[in-house]
Amino acid sequence: MPFGQGRSGGGGGGGRGRGGDKKPGDKEKGQRRTLFRRRKVCKFCADKIDDINYKDVKLIGPFVPERGKILPRRISGTCAMHQRKLQTAIKRARQIALIPYVTD
Amino acid sequence: MADRQYELVYILPPDTTEAQVTELHQQVEAVVSRMHGQIEKTENWGRKKLAYEIGHQKEGVYVLDVINGNGELMKELDRRLRVMDQVIRHMVVRVDEEKKVVERTRTKRQSESERRRVKRGLPPTRQPGEGRSQEIDDVEDDRFDGVEV
Repeated sequence: MPFGQGRSGGGGGGGRGRGGDKKPGDKEKGQRRTLFRRRKVCKFCADKIDDINYKDVKLIGPFVPERGKILPRRISGTCAMHQRKLQTAIKRARQIALIPYVTD
Repeated sequence: MADRQYELVYILPPDTTEAQVTELHQQVEAVVSRMHGQIEKTENWGRKKLAYEIGHQKEGVYVLDVINGNGELMKELDRRLRVMDQVIRHMVVRVDEEKKVVERTRTKRQSESERRRVKRGLPPTRQPGEGRSQEIDDVEDDRFDGVEV
């Protein structure tokens, strides 16, 4: 049995099927959240990107949503180190108008 | 003292001609050579759309210079560019240390993987056709969808 195989099946649980057998109103009380979520991985660690450059708009772009704000780590799943690097890259890119400060 | 490396990006109005761009570049070059620096490379990105308006301009001509020199040189260059009114925006970034770090992590990763592979009795580099085939990549792209910030 290869490593790392066993883990993935677990926590997912019932997928999106929430209703069904459960009584309404038991949402708290130690119940695990049954909503399936993909485990978030840092994109830069996964793809082994060392250099987050401010000139590379294609790389940074997905981390700057519509509004122009920097996508928080809790949503993107970026690790702390890469989020820091990403932050400086985005701020530099903003200075030379490659990325907007705000859009509305 | 060893030279530092800087990147200088400046933006010119969209209606600047080639001649004006080269003229400005010569001015930059003059300052750099006078202060004992050198330009490692120059890139002209051409006309690009600005992400926001700068002085009622919606487009700009981007020029990137990679300069080896000391801090005094960049200070002087920065001051001059600030005074020039044909430059609508410029930015100086020091890059040598970041480059070093990137280089280091890259070589470290490489040597580490080679070491592991040798330990497992494999040749140090990946052979063609080895390992898992390319995983499906486009699943990742939808992960920011529907995200409210």
